[in-house]
Amino acid sequence: MTELQAEQASKVLDNSVTQAKPRPNRDALIALAVFVVLALLPMLTSSKFLLDFVIRCAAYGLFATSLNLLVGYTGLTSFGHGMFFGLGAYGFGLMMQKTGVAVPVAFVATLAITFVVALVIGAICVRLKEIYFAFVTLAFQMLIHSTILSWVSLTGGDQGLRGGIPRPPFLGIDLSNHLHLYIVSCALLVIGLFLMHQIAQSPFGYTLRMIRDNATRASFIGIDVWRAKLTIFVLAALFASTGGIIMALFVSGAYPEFAYWTISGEGIFINMLGGVTTFLGPMVGTALFLILNDTVTRVTEYHGIVLGIVILFFAIGLRKGLMDFVIEWYVQRRERSGERAS
Amino acid sequence: MLEIRALSKSFGGVKATDNVTLDFPDGSLTAVIGPNGAGKSTFFNLITGALKPDSGQILLNGVDLAGRSPPEIVRHGIGRAFQVASIFPSLTVQETMLTAVGADQRRAGVMHRRFPLAETRDRAEHAMELLGLASKRSRTAATLSHGDQKLLDIALALVLDPKVLLLDEPTAGMGTEERWRMIDKVRELWEKQKITVVFIEHDMDIVFKIAPEIVVLCYGRILATGKPDAVRRNEAVIEAYLGTEHHAEAAI
Repeated sequence: MTELQAEQASKVLDNSVTQAKPRPNRDALIALAVFVVLALLPMLTSSKFLLDFVIRCAAYGLFATSLNLLVGYTGLTSFGHGMFFGLGAYGFGLMMQKTGVAVPVAFVATLAITFVVALVIGAICVRLKEIYFAFVTLAFQMLIHSTILSWVSLTGGDQGLRGGIPRPPFLGIDLSNHLHLYIVSCALLVIGLFLMHQIAQSPFGYTLRMIRDNATRASFIGIDVWRAKLTIFVLAALFASTGGIIMALFVSGAYPEFAYWTISGEGIFINMLGGVTTFLGPMVGTALFLILNDTVTRVTEYHGIVLGIVILFFAIGLRKGLMDFVIEWYVQRRERSGERAS
Repeated sequence: MLEIRALSKSFGGVKATDNVTLDFPDGSLTAVIGPNGAGKSTFFNLITGALKPDSGQILLNGVDLAGRSPPEIVRHGIGRAFQVASIFPSLTVQETMLTAVGADQRRAGVMHRRFPLAETRDRAEHAMELLGLASKRSRTAATLSHGDQKLLDIALALVLDPKVLLLDEPTAGMGTEERWRMIDKVRELWEKQKITVVFIEHDMDIVFKIAPEIVVLCYGRILATGKPDAVRRNEAVIEAYLGTEHHAEAAI
């Protein structure tokens, strides 16, 4: 399925842009419902594994969905998006270890740092076209990674941030309590997805689609392409950084791998698995990726080969992600039943 | 009023636009003709900011727009459609129109409202009606016929309420019948909207039939300007471009 077909297909499911009647709270209600279900999960199961899985889904899901805002919606294929994941993890971890401020303060400060870094890197990168954009973002990723490795006194070098990240309780929330961490991760995931969905469906979201389709034409209807690209680059970085913060809280540390290019690669992989033409594709891809990773690494040490085969299957066999596939199937079924009815 | 003053642009040693001075009064309809490589598209690219001129002025109601960026020039009121329909393949007609109006209302960066404002919707609706695209509103642009894609391209320019509309070969790649339908549409838009329209056209039958004013470009220079009859009889134009056929027709 081409991107175009998928876009048409997803329109059947979501034609809210063009609807005359406002439905401002529907998204918020769905987000709330999802959060409630996730929050009730610990009552149904005591499986720490499952709750851990959801926390990891939150970290990777925010990261992968934010990458889709760049790749799928704007047509900016960043190979260095993982740097903001690493930046979030290290920024938050260091802030908690060195300054001992409250968790929310460190959270906001980390996002502020990410904002500034993404603004500078974005201002340099978003002018570049396609492959140049991809490789310069990759270069910045490597720059940040080698800074982490070589600034041993601050970052612990290749050992990462050791000794655990202190998590003093705030507002009755104690993040060293597994259940509390789980609930907070779910909340951050749901809020993050809600905000990103708002962005995707807003006039700005459609501006991004225009830039993806035909940036030259977009500039001839008065859109400042550079500014729009920079805005989404910075926003996506903030969500990726939030994912990194969740990861740092989860493992109570930060490791150079969080900022290595393989994280960006996994982000792209997740997007290919789930599909970039639907908003929830990357979320589905995240769950698939983590399940694959967990099961395969348990069975064989050659998990790289297995993951490689899977990606080949999706890229060459299906030529689309899982969600694209599901939606295409759904649309075809609807059309068929429509024909039968008429 | 759009005034072009001593506009020049060279590529290497080639003067694509050479000291062009022209006036397009408000509400005029002008055809730009000339052989291939005459600098017609370059002329449009200079006016719309796709290319920066080497020298000269582009005055729209007294404001010099030379060398400004395309978004800025569009916001000043110069809209443009392209020779090869330049559209957004994966967006529907309606989404394209709504987003374009949104951009014009400086709402391209708005991140919260999912549904369009009433005013945005009305303007989009109006443009779709004008170009006969209303019944195809939920089709994605890529699935439209060639002619409809050209119309959508024009709608994209028109929906921004331009003062001047530049159409680069609105009938390119069309069959004879479709051409006439398109050119009737252009004329109708010009009459209804009361805007300044400048269009590039290769088909001389069309040009002489509908354009009250004609500009002939050749090697980046103005060869002739004026009413169809005068241009048709101009010796230089006949030699450079029209050939004897049209001259003969004119004589009859």
